[in-house]
Amino acid sequence: MGMWIFLVTEILFFGGLFAAYIVYRAWYPDLYVQASTQLDTFWGAVNTAVLIGSSLTVAMAIRSAQLNQIKGLIINLYITIGLAFTFMVIKYFEYVHKFEKGIFPGQYYTYEGIAHEKANIFFSIYYMMTGLHGLHVIIGIGLMIWLLVKAKKGAFSAEYYTPVEITGLYWHLVDVIWIFLFPLLYLID
Amino acid sequence: MSHMETSALKRLQVQRFKPEENPEIHYLNSERGLWSWLSTVDHKRIGLMYLASIAIFFFIGGVLALVLRTELLSPAQSFLDADVYNQVFTLHGAIMIFFFLVPSVPAALGNFILPIQLGAKDVAFPRLNLASFYIYTIGTVFTLVAIITGAVDTGWTFYTPYSTETGTNVLLMTLGIFILGFSSILTGVNFIVTIHKMRAPGMTWSKLPLNVWSLYATSIIQVLATPVLAITLLLLVMERALGIGIFDPALGGDPVLFQHFFWFYSHPAVYIMIVPGFGVISEVISTFSRKHIFGYWAIALSSLAIAFIGFLVWGHHMFTAGQSSLASMVFSFLTFLVGIPTGIKIFNWLATMYKGSIDLKAPMLYAMVFLFLFTIGGFTGIMLGALSVDIHLHDTYFVVAHFHYVMMGGMVMALLAGLHYWWPKMFGKMYSEVYARISCALIFIGFNLAFLPQFVMGAQGMPRRYFNYIDQFQPFHQLSTMGAYIMGVGFVIMFFYLLHSLVRGEKAASNPWGSRALEWQTTSPAAPHNFEHTPVVIHGPYDYHKPMSEFQLGIAHGHHGESHQPETLETVAETGTRP
Repeated sequence: MGMWIFLVTEILFFGGLFAAYIVYRAWYPDLYVQASTQLDTFWGAVNTAVLIGSSLTVAMAIRSAQLNQIKGLIINLYITIGLAFTFMVIKYFEYVHKFEKGIFPGQYYTYEGIAHEKANIFFSIYYMMTGLHGLHVIIGIGLMIWLLVKAKKGAFSAEYYTPVEITGLYWHLVDVIWIFLFPLLYLID
Repeated sequence: MSHMETSALKRLQVQRFKPEENPEIHYLNSERGLWSWLSTVDHKRIGLMYLASIAIFFFIGGVLALVLRTELLSPAQSFLDADVYNQVFTLHGAIMIFFFLVPSVPAALGNFILPIQLGAKDVAFPRLNLASFYIYTIGTVFTLVAIITGAVDTGWTFYTPYSTETGTNVLLMTLGIFILGFSSILTGVNFIVTIHKMRAPGMTWSKLPLNVWSLYATSIIQVLATPVLAITLLLLVMERALGIGIFDPALGGDPVLFQHFFWFYSHPAVYIMIVPGFGVISEVISTFSRKHIFGYWAIALSSLAIAFIGFLVWGHHMFTAGQSSLASMVFSFLTFLVGIPTGIKIFNWLATMYKGSIDLKAPMLYAMVFLFLFTIGGFTGIMLGALSVDIHLHDTYFVVAHFHYVMMGGMVMALLAGLHYWWPKMFGKMYSEVYARISCALIFIGFNLAFLPQFVMGAQGMPRRYFNYIDQFQPFHQLSTMGAYIMGVGFVIMFFYLLHSLVRGEKAASNPWGSRALEWQTTSPAAPHNFEHTPVVIHGPYDYHKPMSEFQLGIAHGHHGESHQPETLETVAETGTRP
């Protein structure tokens, strides 16, 4: 129950950013349409698939724990961590690609390709939202490595798997937030 | 309790456990040494550590307030220059709000008393509780570093664009408060789960002490509002560090958005500060009127109503910030709505006292002071919520006076009432009643002398946060400063008699006030795990018409021959909602 309440706070945490997104989108609708073309929908879609896949494996990890299949739990955790890393790597290349073009957040923004004077605002929000989300992914990776270590020591069984379960909940939330971010940022047009 | 629902009933063997007087082992001496405190997971010790921290911050904030008032004795500059003045009032505000008021009743008194009132051994997540204390400590360290390395001069509200441009160390300060927010969230989560899961057998929702109800409402606000403050401050940090421009008009951003975000947290935050006070007052008034609380459900639910409406009124801080007049009207209307649940509480408390046998001990005196001052604060709040009046009074001393009447006259008085009320339970010692009354009177007189004139000069146009003023306002400022000094004397006296009580105070009985509430049915100071038995509750905490013996029940020992010889043995039907 504590975890569920914590997830509510996470939603509100991101909620602030979504509110900022809505405000500025209402002010500069054409900017959002133009700027989102700069984002790579293909890799965004790949990342979505990766994260949804990892949600599946985390669910399978919980199931394995429930059935006392510790080996299955460990394998599923490995796959989940691998997928999370894949996500971060793709994200990294997306960021680097934008930095090369001069798309930096806020006042360092130098890219000339978008005919809109407020273009930096979109990217400020983009970086804040995806950056914060990326931070959550990294935290998730850390949590799952911790689970992995404990699972190998044989700490979990069908009687006790609460940490796996609540980390799974957390991971689903991270996933759901991305599912909102992806269309809002990449698929505007 | 309905005896019809046989399916929900569970039969328990109970016996009476009379609390031991002068226990040899209690939570204060069960373990010794500094490390046993620093690594404790006992909610009572954590509560006391919070109490010590907030006392220190209250002292710092109070000294800063006296410095401000001393500067304001004369219209021209006397011993602070303008920049220092700005820094001092910022620190006064930020310390008092984020480091003292927000954790005061919930984290300090709440941590101590909540599990005992529920009949639980501890909170639901004891280690998380300790973690949130350390997070609080880390946050305060950040802030203290910020103060030393270049005091912040933005006001406690950190309004953009000034807060992104000023040369002072806003970054560290906001990071400190960001970290503090986590502590507040974790405490809130912990309390909600504790209230749901850890109630003693028979402690149904309709028998929860009202203090628990108000802590519940507070926790909901903490959990829902604090993350928004976190993201706001994070954006502010990013704005300063990376120049992301969300709040910067030059880059297409909007500084007013900061105000929206900020007040979306900070208005609910003032309810984080005041709602737990309501809980304390409900307990104190019922105990010292020796009467069942009037309108139990009305008080319980009005706390939740305040928590709910509190999320919808943030716009009333921004009537002059260029918000649309329709939005202002809606916010103004919603602000008036807050007056209804608050009024319900005040009238219920008055009705509780009516025909009660009132005992004017120190906690009750503070509760009376609370009623008086908070009512003034509340009414002036309604005045400020009215659109046309607010345009005139915005950013004047009227607002300052209102805020202090609510926060200090309300919350601090409730804190003091609670502190004096639960002091015997905390330390097993009594304090000097005479000095407690003297200091209460001094604080009451000093407070009114300090802040009543501020209403007048605010209405006449004295703006807040100015360090110089025209001669016309001098008498008011001087009165106000006198009042502040008198209050200071009151607090110094309190410090000394509380210290004296700790060192050589009389031993307190387990239930010095004759209360029926569960926290008084254990030893003073409380046992290491609150109760030596599992308490069983069959009456509400305010049922003064029932005999005391029926409030001291616990699950009977399974087999005979133990050291405790049961005084009475009986069986009661229980609504078994708890495993």
